[in-house]
Parts: sequence; structure tokens; C-alpha cells
Amino acid sequence: MSSAGNQVTRVQELVYELKIEQVMTKNVITVTPDCTIRDLKELMRVKRLSGVPVVVQGDLIGIVSLENLIEALEHGELSSTVGEKMTTQVQALRSDDTVVHAVNLFARFGYGRFPVVNEEGKLVGILTKGDIVRGLLRQMEVQWHAEEIHRYRASHIFEDIESDQTGLILRYAVEGQNLEHGGEAASKIKRALERLGAHPRVVRRVAVGAYEAETNIIIHSVGGEIIAEVRPDRLKVTAIDNGPGIADIEQAIEPGFSTAPDWIRELGFGAGMGLTNIKACADEMKLESQVGVGTRLEMFFKLQ
Amino acid sequence: MTVQEIANALALEVAAGAAQLGRDVTGGYASDLLSCVMAGAQAGNAWVTLQAHLNVVAVAALLDLACVIITEGAHPDSDSIARANEEGVPILLTEESTFTVVGKLHQLGVRGSE
Repeated sequence: MSSAGNQVTRVQELVYELKIEQVMTKNVITVTPDCTIRDLKELMRVKRLSGVPVVVQGDLIGIVSLENLIEALEHGELSSTVGEKMTTQVQALRSDDTVVHAVNLFARFGYGRFPVVNEEGKLVGILTKGDIVRGLLRQMEVQWHAEEIHRYRASHIFEDIESDQTGLILRYAVEGQNLEHGGEAASKIKRALERLGAHPRVVRRVAVGAYEAETNIIIHSVGGEIIAEVRPDRLKVTAIDNGPGIADIEQAIEPGFSTAPDWIRELGFGAGMGLTNIKACADEMKLESQVGVGTRLEMFFKLQ
Repeated sequence: MTVQEIANALALEVAAGAAQLGRDVTGGYASDLLSCVMAGAQAGNAWVTLQAHLNVVAVAALLDLACVIITEGAHPDSDSIARANEEGVPILLTEESTFTVVGKLHQLGVRGSE
């Protein structure tokens, strides 16, 4: 997983999380309907505006754009009022909506900015595409600092204990052929990593990898163990079982190939994607097996 | 849109996780194959499936999903419900098919994560 890829997904997530009120410009320059075109022209020139919301006692009643202004100037209507030239059908955004609504409106309409109103219809801000970009960048910077705090907390446990190398080993017994405890080891590993302060993205990948490995032990073997070894720089998750073993490993790794029995498939397992998912989540995967003895799966995750 | 709003709009029965109904839904995913959900569902998604067993709750908790909508009148057993309450995963039930539910979610503006 490249960090550039991470950034792009984070931006996509933020677009759905951030509220418009968190990114909009709050000091809005407005005009009243009785403002003249002459005064509007000066205002837009000096303040470099491309559009101005028209308000009456805080209520948004229209918007006057550069286009409206140019049209008025072409006809020499310097003394006309904003009220006569403005557009009353205003596309406005709600301050409590998420940024994705703004993105959709920008895509649908060709306008450069949208006024933002609160639930009572009062103008509370204005939003341009530039505001969205600035807001996203600011939020990502905040999160980058939070990331640093996470890493600091995770490494702390290893700093306080003196040794040539410190590691944490978590072991979980997995019962074979019993789905009632399915996912429990993965869930505990996930919680342990969260408490150690690991980054949420790594936690998710480890959780998925551990879950698939655990499920494989349950479905295909007589039972085994999951071992998570945490070191400051990396995590190793090993899934060991006591048989029956895999005859053809190349075949087992193939996406879509599964030896799961019917009753397992009816529950939604057996898609044949377990090892594929593990390979996609882990930074490195090693799989060894001996028929009649057992299987050993190792997954490596970088933590920094 | 929150889990509660979806439950209201689709007339879903809340079987578990009532305390987490205020959570925002970031999108949706529909599949009855658990590995596909593992690979494709994103945190905060609403998962639509006709599977109702314990592992559904385990997967939903692991992936930090907003809720699971169980379709076709399938009913989770008491162990699954207890686990869902423990893990804080809202389980919503409906008699309707997955196809119908996904269509209604789409109308409400819930989108897939791709």
C-alpha cells in the first residue's frame, strides 16, 4: 500500500466526514437589494469578487454574479439596483451538510461558489472549490500530527523496558470445526493493536488478515493457534494448524479456489478469497504445508 | 445519513446495537460471501446480507461497519444478538429482499465504496 494511495483514500473519506461549516469562509461580503450597480461594480473590483450574495436582515434572498454585472454595464444601467439584476433562484448549501454535497453541486452546476445557509435560511458563509481544498489539506495536516502521537504511544512500551530487543507475543488457541468462536482471535488482536496505538489503517489490514487466517484454521483443520508478535517496527502474525495440510499450495492460493464443504458455503464462507485477501493485506506472506502434519502461514505487517 | 434514519426510512426492525443508531453511514456494501465483505466493505458502511449467523457480527465488528441489514426475513439467534450488543453493531431486520433494500438505500443516497 503506497502512502500516496493512502492519501487519496484519506481525502475521499474526509470529503464524506467534513461538514461544510468546517471549510467554508465565514466572513461573507454581502449586498442589500437596494445597492446600486455602480457600488456593486466598485465592491467586486476592490474585493476581487466573482459573486455576491444578496441578503435582507441576514436572510439570503438572491445572488448577483459577475455575469449579472457585465450585462447591466453593457446596457449602461449603473443606477439600477442589485435587486433588479440579481438571480433569486439561488443554489445554496446547508452548513450542516457534508462536503460531498458541495462537491456534487459543483459538478452539477458550473458556478464558482455557493452561499451557505443554516437550518433557518440565514446566510452563514460562502464556499468555493478553493475552500474545499484548503479545508481538506488543513484536516489532513491535523491527522498527520495525530498519527505521530499514535506512533509515539506505540513505541513507548518498547522504550520503557530496556533490552537489546523488546517484543510482545500474543497467542490464541483456535478450535477446529467450530464457528461459534469465529473471529475472536482476530478481534482480540485488533483491540490489542488499537491499545498499543497502532495506526488505524494497519489495524484494519491486520484484522482482515488475522480473521481470514483464523477462519481457515476453523474451516479446514482440526485446530491450531494464532500467534501475534509485536515489535516496534513490525508485526508478524502466524497461523499454525495441526492438519490435514494442503496438498497443492499453488492451487490453494488461486483466487476463487476453495475446498470448503457445502454446509460452510451456505453460511457465506468458501468464496476461495481468504488467502487472496491475506496476500492483499499483508506486506509479506509465507505459506508452508505438509499433508498429514499441518500448515503454517506467516503474515508480516510494517508498523512504521 | 444515520443508521436510525435508514431504519426509519426502510421500516427496519432494530434487533441489536440500539445505542449506536446515531452513527453516520458512509456507504453501502451487499454480499453474502464473507471474504468479499472483508475485501470490499469500508468502515462506516451499511452491509446488506441474508446471512444471520454469529460470524456476520464478527465481520461487522472487525471492519467497523455502521450496521448490518439482514434481509429475507432471516433471524439472528440470541448468541448473535448478544454479541452484536456487546460489540456495538446495529443489526436491522427486514422481510424484503437484498435487491429491494439496496435499491431503496440507493434512492436515499447511500452509495457503494468503489
